[in-house]
Amino acid sequence: MAGFDKVVTSYADAMAGLNDNMTIIAGGFGLCGIPEGLIAQIKTMGTSGLTIVSNNCGVDDFGLGILLEDKQVKKMVSSYVGENALFEQQLLNGELEVELTPQGTLAEKMRAGGAGIPAFYTATGYGTPVGEGKEVKEFNGRPYILEESITGDFAIVKAWKADRYGNCIYRHTAQNFNPMAATAGKITVVEAEEIVEPGELDPAHIHTPGIYVDRVILGTFEKRIERRVLAK
Amino acid sequence: MALTRDQIATRVAQEFKDGDYVNLGIGIPTLAANFVPDGISVMLQSENGLLGMGPNPTEEQVDADMINAGKETVTAVTGASIFSSAESFAMIRGGHVDITVLGAFEVDVNGNIASWMIPNKLIKGMGGAMDLVAGAKNIIVTMTHADKHGNSKLLAECTLPLTGVNCITKIITDLAVLEVKNKAYYLLERAPGVTVEEIKEKTAGELVVPDNVPEMQF
Repeated sequence: MAGFDKVVTSYADAMAGLNDNMTIIAGGFGLCGIPEGLIAQIKTMGTSGLTIVSNNCGVDDFGLGILLEDKQVKKMVSSYVGENALFEQQLLNGELEVELTPQGTLAEKMRAGGAGIPAFYTATGYGTPVGEGKEVKEFNGRPYILEESITGDFAIVKAWKADRYGNCIYRHTAQNFNPMAATAGKITVVEAEEIVEPGELDPAHIHTPGIYVDRVILGTFEKRIERRVLAK
Repeated sequence: MALTRDQIATRVAQEFKDGDYVNLGIGIPTLAANFVPDGISVMLQSENGLLGMGPNPTEEQVDADMINAGKETVTAVTGASIFSSAESFAMIRGGHVDITVLGAFEVDVNGNIASWMIPNKLIKGMGGAMDLVAGAKNIIVTMTHADKHGNSKLLAECTLPLTGVNCITKIITDLAVLEVKNKAYYLLERAPGVTVEEIKEKTAGELVVPDNVPEMQF
């Protein structure tokens, strides 16, 4: 690598430095917009005791779900889980911990984490189990709870197009949590469908500026569809 | 007669005003998109980051990168926009979505809603429901008035863990349309052929009944 060129050519290089008990922030919503090859690399490495911050945990044999097979995940921070039997089993056995977090709060925790804001007040979850034990403060007569932001040792992100400098564009709703995840990792790794030369992407259309990105790798994607529903 | 799911959805869609941005939860709320009255345009928000959600795609249109919050393949309408989850919940939490329609297990006279967790059953999570009820200007709950054992879901106080507090304004059930205010349910309309007596019987919280309760119009 030289200068701003962040492209790596092997998955081993892409995830180098990932160790047991680290926290990983992952982009994706369900199976949409997930960094498939980076997840597969974590499975290959066998890293364990991981805390994974991701809206969901994939399905039994795809997405983050494959990291459950060898019990690599200690804790999930997610808004909706349990699309997979293995997840349910490990949860009931006490082998896996889950911190259920409202979806908007989860997105904001990542955004704030990447933006240097350690905590924020939100009305979401006040008066519910989510608000239990959290500081409450009233603004304009309405109660809000204090939520702490999240950063990770690694962030894993899936982009449509990235240039060598790490500037990224996402495609359609595969954007989801990816832009916030990209900002919140000490080491942010982007797996892209296409890598282009700097200058090829319109600077005004960049979703994630390269400053947030440490490594870029070209991936190939299965892009599995979780619920294929057709027009009647 | 109690309303069918499609009839409840039809009555829900009568609440939409031209130019509304609307978020519809899974189940009966989603059906309301099929019954938007003539002459009314609404833009559907899907909290995974799509404003202007269209119908499910044809075989040729299927795109793994185009899904809705229920993870189903969808399309986008002309004039749609696509954005991140943080942006999506900024517009939800910030009160920019005009109407949110969602289902519930229970509601109460304080405008509280319980819709995501039944203790001792597997808990999958709240998804975006807590953010939606905390942020939308106008929240409509759709559900059956009573459970299959005949127990009221319109309570004086919710018994299940809450999704949000003091947030529900209107309830549309298979029997009635009700407004929640002043720690009571105000009966606004009844389903065609349903008596006020039956609604009273199946409403556990305080019910305020005006002299004349019109039937819903379809």
